[in-house]
Amino acid sequence: MYSCAVSTVHVLLGLLASRPRHGYELKREHDTRFPAAKPLPYGQVYATLGRLERDGLVLVDGTEQDSGPERTRYAITERGAHALGRWLAQVEEPAPYLGGTMQTKIVLALLTRRSAEPYLRAQREAHLTRMRELTARKSDPGAPMADVLAADYAILHLDADLRWMETTMNRLNDLRAEVGA
Amino acid sequence: MSAQDQPLIEARTIEKAFRATQALRGVSVAIGPGEVVAITGPSGSGKSTLLHCLAGILRPDSGEVRYAGRRIDTLDETERTLLRREHFGILFQFGGLVPELAAAENVALPLLLARHGREESMTAARSWLERLGVAECAGLRPGEMSAGQLQRVAVARALVTRPRVLFADEPTGALDTVSGEEVLALLLYAAREQGSTLVLVTHDNQIAAYADGEIFLRDGRAASEEGARSGVRP
Ligand SMILES: Nc1ncnc2c1ncn2[C@@H]1O[C@H](COP(=O)(O)OP(=O)(O)OP(=O)(O)O)[C@@H](O)[C@H]1O
Ligand SMILES: [Mg+2]
Repeated sequence: MYSCAVSTVHVLLGLLASRPRHGYELKREHDTRFPAAKPLPYGQVYATLGRLERDGLVLVDGTEQDSGPERTRYAITERGAHALGRWLAQVEEPAPYLGGTMQTKIVLALLTRRSAEPYLRAQREAHLTRMRELTARKSDPGAPMADVLAADYAILHLDADLRWMETTMNRLNDLRAEVGA
Repeated sequence: MSAQDQPLIEARTIEKAFRATQALRGVSVAIGPGEVVAITGPSGSGKSTLLHCLAGILRPDSGEVRYAGRRIDTLDETERTLLRREHFGILFQFGGLVPELAAAENVALPLLLARHGREESMTAARSWLERLGVAECAGLRPGEMSAGQLQRVAVARALVTRPRVLFADEPTGALDTVSGEEVLALLLYAAREQGSTLVLVTHDNQIAAYADGEIFLRDGRAASEEGARSGVRP
């Protein structure tokens, strides 16, 4: 049910995994940690928290009130943590422009004190499997040139993803220090 | 490799250090007959070291290496040289041809070393050069050929004994993508045609995608979760 690409659901669960937070804090955390993503509208944060609460993935942990309005603080439940763990480990369908999703998974994995390497290795394998299929297709002597060109295009993009994953593996320690986990 | 196949090459938790450098930290591998496997990973991750251990060039410090069910890491230098000469073909990034010999003589060399007759060896060498599209280079010395031609000659030399296993370390490393893929295609075609197993070190993902399976190394390990696990899955 929550298996789509970069989903607000999992981002919020990931941010709640380290400690309970209220909606405003979640929005701020999201926007600073994922500057390449579009800023999260408040409305979407509250709507998503509502759905997560309904499904038992988060619960209300208390309310806070300073000078301003009352704020509801949310905490992740065991079910929520489980759903997050599954999503973080789940390999993405190899396709162009996955950068955002992969990066989000890696940052959230480190933030929640997991190792990002098993995910990266599994994702590498999925990409290489796809590249093998495309390579076999274009190596077929009877393949029409149009198919060969399409396969070349997809292969070069998958290769770019793979190289990004390799670079990222070498940067995991620095990234871990930066996310403060 | 399917479960019922007996692996042709098998390594179990091999470790290898060069003084202070731990190059392999418990790598396990199983490669089936006729399989084409790529060993990949960043520079310094242990790819060449693993290839050399599998090919009986280096002896691991611990763990086992088996070829056709037989331990080869316990063999002495002479026995391993004989094994390599009879069963393995080995191909390096920069050809490794003898500079004083013409291409055809370079290709004939492994046959001559295995005590085949000169005429027969030269004929076989010429027909391999022809198959690899470099017949016109037969009389040229390595210094007189382009990188692409050199590598084709080196492929011919590695295949001329019809080895059961061909070990190649960055065989296309000195070539651009197009001629690299051409040489690789020839190598794969020849290997598949004669049922040779091919173990190929490469840092190029597009080359690795020609193989049936991958052993991805990082810091001398084939997988991060555990020290010992097959890098190749069915
Ligand atoms: N003969 C040797 N003496 C000392 N150290 C060595 C020797 N051979 C390899 N090493 C070291 O062992 C490690 C693994 O080396 P190896 O050559 O297997 O890596 P590689 O993955 O093949 O790298 P590359 O992609 O650069 O060829 C490196 O740290 C290397 O410096
Ligand atoms: Mg090497």
